[in-house]
Amino acid sequence: MKLTKSFNRSLWVFHLNTGSCNGCEIEIVATITPHYDPERFGIKLVGSPKHADVLLVTGPVTKMMAPKVRRVYEQVPDPKLVMCIGSCGQSGGVFYDSYNLDGPIDQVIPVDVYVPGCPPRPEAIIYGVVKAWEKLERLEAAQ
Amino acid sequence: MNGDTTKKSTPYTVPIGPVHPALKEPVMFNFLMEGEVVKSVDFAPGNVHRGIEWMGMRRNPVQIVHLTDRICGICGIVHSLSFARAVEQIAEIEVPPRADYIRTILHELERMQSHLLWAGVAAHELGFDSLLFLTWRVREQSMDLIENLTGNRVNYGIVQIGGVRRDISNDQILLIEQGLAYYRGLLDQMKTVFLDDSTIRMRCRGHGLLSYRDAQLLCAIGPTARASGLAMDVRHDYPYCAYGDLDVQPVLPPQEFGGPQGDVYDRIIVRLLEIAQSIDIIQQCLDSMPAGEVLWEKKLPKLLSILKKAHGEAIGRVEAPRGECMHYVRMDGNDAPATWKVKASTYSNLMSWIPMLKGEQLADVPIIVASIDPCMSCTDRVTIIRNGSADDLTKEDLTQLSREKTRRFSRC
Repeated sequence: MKLTKSFNRSLWVFHLNTGSCNGCEIEIVATITPHYDPERFGIKLVGSPKHADVLLVTGPVTKMMAPKVRRVYEQVPDPKLVMCIGSCGQSGGVFYDSYNLDGPIDQVIPVDVYVPGCPPRPEAIIYGVVKAWEKLERLEAAQ
Repeated sequence: MNGDTTKKSTPYTVPIGPVHPALKEPVMFNFLMEGEVVKSVDFAPGNVHRGIEWMGMRRNPVQIVHLTDRICGICGIVHSLSFARAVEQIAEIEVPPRADYIRTILHELERMQSHLLWAGVAAHELGFDSLLFLTWRVREQSMDLIENLTGNRVNYGIVQIGGVRRDISNDQILLIEQGLAYYRGLLDQMKTVFLDDSTIRMRCRGHGLLSYRDAQLLCAIGPTARASGLAMDVRHDYPYCAYGDLDVQPVLPPQEFGGPQGDVYDRIIVRLLEIAQSIDIIQQCLDSMPAGEVLWEKKLPKLLSILKKAHGEAIGRVEAPRGECMHYVRMDGNDAPATWKVKASTYSNLMSWIPMLKGEQLADVPIIVASIDPCMSCTDRVTIIRNGSADDLTKEDLTQLSREKTRRFSRC
């Protein structure tokens, strides 16, 4: 699988909420607004998983959302990366003992980059995207 | 030919969600459409149910305060405050006046950032992304201020049973005043951008109507109810924290904009005016801030042992940015509360979607849905599962359940 040239320059991101408290959502939207402005690097949110390179997943994955998460993951075209934003997607966070969770996220779909924090700061999310980029470059170099 | 005509006029269903770019949170809508016009609408929440109340009944109140922060990331202080107020009433804890004032200041700062956030989302739903970016850029000022005061941008963790965990220093008061001056200068610009724009007026005026009567019948609350002309505000009707000392009136759409009509435009007006009101309230708090302690009991083990002995039940009511938020807590001498029930503001406002969306065009659906500022993570508390499948409850069933529950509560 060869990565296209345009992929080196811009990352399009689809955001998927799997039962999060909205804390990570507002930080993700805050990240794409002019105060932090990652769009100068070509990073932008898109409306469909079919247009996306990166899937940002937030939340602890409730039982009702788990099949939908898998479906969205399958709709993202290859090569793709999954970023898990927030502590509850990594370990359950404060919701660790809930009866209604199928998560953490890596139990449902494979995750490439973890951004910890409850919620992570916009700077941390941008740092996570940079890490995702580096991983894609490594993938490309290996081919 | 005849067959074709019947085919065109036959109502068809458009499902939207639970994952959809117009929705920030997972919720499922089913629209019955005739052409471009919505004939009827049904929605299915429940995707964000995490069982928070169940978890809370296994933790002690000091731990639950941090869990309540995570009910909803936008109304961080609202849930922790109303839970803390319920527990304080049960254990008869008297919150120091300075803590009450600090709570009020943070409560209003949160309202400002939440309304700015909403204004941005509304602009985005209308297709004005430049306006989204403008409002979110100015919102960062309030986020910086909140971070300076609490240590966190979101999920502040500032409220503690019996007070707040951090005091506000004199330097920070200066910072707050600078922030208020910034927003005062900005408000006129925001009003011009939102209210003088003919496109926004055309998209919002007369759309998503919720009449005064419907708002009453469906128990709408908060800015949604006030935009329909219902003068209700917990801060005014049942003052808590420092609101009793302050001058707070419910904000209704003013006569210069034609008085309350209950459409999307009125909801924008109410929220913009409430930002101005919040600035005013914070200024009043700063002017009359009392000195003293900020915590009723600093030693956590002592506080926990007092809470463990507490018996009784109470309701904590708070006016969230979206409307009244209510926490019912019953303690029976154990570490964890015996009952904990959360009624978030969106829960009361959801039903107003049905009259609002009826007869509207599909293209107006995103802004009308956004106009009540829905928050699913606040709302998804209970999922009814019978015989292994989620049940759809009819309105009669819900009324019946609601009556049963009122009877149950009145018995305890």
